[in-house]
Amino acid sequence: MSNKFKETVHECWKNKNFMIGFVILLSVILVAIFADFIAPYDYAQQNVGDRFEKPSGDFWFGTDELGRDMFSRVVYGSRIALWVAFLGGSLQLVIGVAVGLACGFFGKWVDRVLSFMTDLTWCIPGTILALAVVTLIGKGLTNTVIAISLVAWASYARTVRAKTLSLKNMAFVETGKAFGESNFSLMVRYILPNIIPSLIVMVSLNLPGTIMSTTTLSFLGLGSQPPSPDWGLAISKGIENISRAPWLSIFPGLALVYTTFGFNLLGEGLRDLLDPHMKSQ
Amino acid sequence: MVLVICVSFLVFSLMYMMPGDPVDMVVDRKVSLERKAEIAHELGYDQPFFTQYKNWVKGVIHGDFGRSTRYKSDVWDLMGARIPYSLKLCGWSLVIELLIALPLGLLCAMKKDGFFDRFTVNFSLLMTAVPAFWLGALFILLFAVKLGWLPISGYSGIKNYILPVATTVLSGMGGTLRITKTEVLEVFNEKYVTTAYAKGLPKRTVMIKHVLRNALVLVTTLVFMSIPWLISGAVVIEKIFGLPGMGNLLLNSIIVQDMPVVQAVLLLIAILTVICNLISDIVMGILDPRIRVSLSGGDN
Amino acid sequence: MSEELLRLENLSIDYKVKDGYLSAVNDVNCVVNKGEVFAIVGESGCGKSTVAHSIMNLLPGGNEEISGKIIFKGKDLRECTRQEMEAIRGKEIGMIFQNPLDSLNPVYKVGDQMAEAILLDKVDKQEAWNRVIKLFKDVKMPDAEERVNSFPHELSGGMRQRVMIAMMLSRNPELLIADEPTTALDVTIEAQILQIMKELKDKFNTAIMLITHNFGLVAEIADKIGIMYAGEMIESGDVFEIFAHPTHPYTQLLMQALPSKTKAEGRLKTIDGSVPRITEKKPGCRFANRCPYAKEICFNENPEAVFVGEGHYCRCHMVGKEEK
Repeated sequence: MSNKFKETVHECWKNKNFMIGFVILLSVILVAIFADFIAPYDYAQQNVGDRFEKPSGDFWFGTDELGRDMFSRVVYGSRIALWVAFLGGSLQLVIGVAVGLACGFFGKWVDRVLSFMTDLTWCIPGTILALAVVTLIGKGLTNTVIAISLVAWASYARTVRAKTLSLKNMAFVETGKAFGESNFSLMVRYILPNIIPSLIVMVSLNLPGTIMSTTTLSFLGLGSQPPSPDWGLAISKGIENISRAPWLSIFPGLALVYTTFGFNLLGEGLRDLLDPHMKSQ
Repeated sequence: MVLVICVSFLVFSLMYMMPGDPVDMVVDRKVSLERKAEIAHELGYDQPFFTQYKNWVKGVIHGDFGRSTRYKSDVWDLMGARIPYSLKLCGWSLVIELLIALPLGLLCAMKKDGFFDRFTVNFSLLMTAVPAFWLGALFILLFAVKLGWLPISGYSGIKNYILPVATTVLSGMGGTLRITKTEVLEVFNEKYVTTAYAKGLPKRTVMIKHVLRNALVLVTTLVFMSIPWLISGAVVIEKIFGLPGMGNLLLNSIIVQDMPVVQAVLLLIAILTVICNLISDIVMGILDPRIRVSLSGGDN
Repeated sequence: MSEELLRLENLSIDYKVKDGYLSAVNDVNCVVNKGEVFAIVGESGCGKSTVAHSIMNLLPGGNEEISGKIIFKGKDLRECTRQEMEAIRGKEIGMIFQNPLDSLNPVYKVGDQMAEAILLDKVDKQEAWNRVIKLFKDVKMPDAEERVNSFPHELSGGMRQRVMIAMMLSRNPELLIADEPTTALDVTIEAQILQIMKELKDKFNTAIMLITHNFGLVAEIADKIGIMYAGEMIESGDVFEIFAHPTHPYTQLLMQALPSKTKAEGRLKTIDGSVPRITEKKPGCRFANRCPYAKEICFNENPEAVFVGEGHYCRCHMVGKEEK
């Protein structure tokens, strides 16, 4: 048992993508958890006297148009990014898995209706669709994440559907059927466990997109509202003052790229480790 | 076609399901309730949902998208003034992106695992982690603020389009490049390429007549499918660089909840998406005889 | 009478894989004479296709290491430049592939794909087109004049394989490599294709290297036979000689596993186990772990090819030394 564990650890250790991504994410998570200790100032504390301070010993990343410490804001922004990843990831997962399982398992009209819906959300550009959803349910971070998730679940549904279709007729599912298991139990206890590795991979590959889309909507002014330390919002404000204080747009952007890049690497690494067949895609 | 109807329905439902009274958007809040009801009646907001939908569709078919509640002007005129900006941005971006990404993708496939391939792939991987809006910001910082070569924002001349187009191209290129590379690699492994070599055809002929010709089918689809994405990307780009295009219009209208405009723009994009899909199907049919059969078979 | 056309000398091919290397072909020697049919027989994955592709220099490329010589008409093909190889392909050596479904380009008419090869000989278009139609008739394509304008997907598997044969014979090569030409086809079609190949062989005096796992095919058409196991050619010689007196234990077991018309035994014999993946160079006979006669020496030393009879070689420790 412990030997197997050792082997797994060794496999992970060998996979450079996974390790680097893991370390990056770990650092982001730690920063988010200990934000209270790391950030030297309160992220919302305004100080009109210190407007547009250049990065210095006092203000590592400078200050913004209201004299707020940029470093503290970037640090607190990591919480938002991770919250977005968590909420968006789970929402997409739940919708996508439910729809995909239903499509693959029941077939017939359920499949047709739901597949049509997946195709619909698939062929219309995500940002536009998300914009439409935000229009409907209103501005705000959580709403934005919901909007993005309502758009992004389609790729999960497709994969789950395809996998379910191929698993449905496998002997062990037939056996379960013969034992009189209910449809629900067949789906959850027989089919789902076999999809989990690919799901983990999909989630990690999709998370950077989710974070990016949400930040984009925040940038457009539809997501997080001031005084939230959201990175997208910060960059948006930064561009307004770009000739005066370029650091306002640079540092939040760096943080964002760092995080998404970490997720990307982790996803690629996980894919190699868990689902080598997907590599060809 | 079904798609267009569905989308138009969804788009319209959007407005109907909007929280708040649409009349509030039109008039001052202090107006009396009676006056409000009167305006609602004038605008047809008091009628049942399907009647409203019917009227709206009727108008759209006749080219009448209604009137903007904010600008108090015809939505069609409003869009007409914006479309050229977006068209210029998207058109140039698409052309330049393809001119760069397709040859590079091909090169990467041919020299797979070479230095250039690894460099390009890693670079495009990095670019996928860089959001377009931040890239735009960096460009402004470098070329407009520090070097002063190009204007920060505005829409007076060709110089104003250089940065927006560059941003769009760079942030979209990675994907196109990688897909081109995979497609070409896939064709490389096809048996008929081996057959072509076995026939004694020189490498150049095999590359052009067999590999490229077949990869073209898939790349064409890619091009047409990418147009809607380009347009959605334009929302962000137009916001960064202050281009008064459709994306900006959509965004501002969403923020002030100018429903007729939002509906019209969304519908336009949806129709464009459907048209692009259709064209890509047709072009594929022309390029690939196998699909021609299934198309004329009427199955699809 | 028989003039040497192709000779493989100590041909070895290793694939570099993640965990080291994979020995696909090891130390293969054989000779194909003009106008003769040489069959390479073996189980799936024994390296026979790799041999075929290596002759044409058409291995996927990138991760293989080849050693040994491939001598065609006195010239080592491995030392040829790309241009020289391009001149040999199609013109002097033709090749038919296993699956006719995907070995034709789906976007061109079959006639055009054939003419493309013929045009390499600097003939004018009309002439090339006439030859295409003539070749279509040679391979007994029904409605030849119309079929040249078909796309591959409009033809059946058998017809596509006819196109492939016609295409590869279009420039009268002296050697035709047929890599499992009938495996993907129905049995009835298989017989037709076989008939066509036989007739064309006599007509053009083409030598054929036939790669197959089907002994029926071998008995039908081959003059000589080489049996491959795990990348090694373990026995080779005249087809009648080997069918009558198989020497290598593997060949013997193969022969016993053949369904026989005369004996009603009820069940087919099988050989236990499967072909090993050879990933490390260690001495010993590669068949030893499945061989019923294996002795200690078989696990420790490489067997050398032993001369058994006229043109008949066998790689086995037990052969040529007393009884088995």
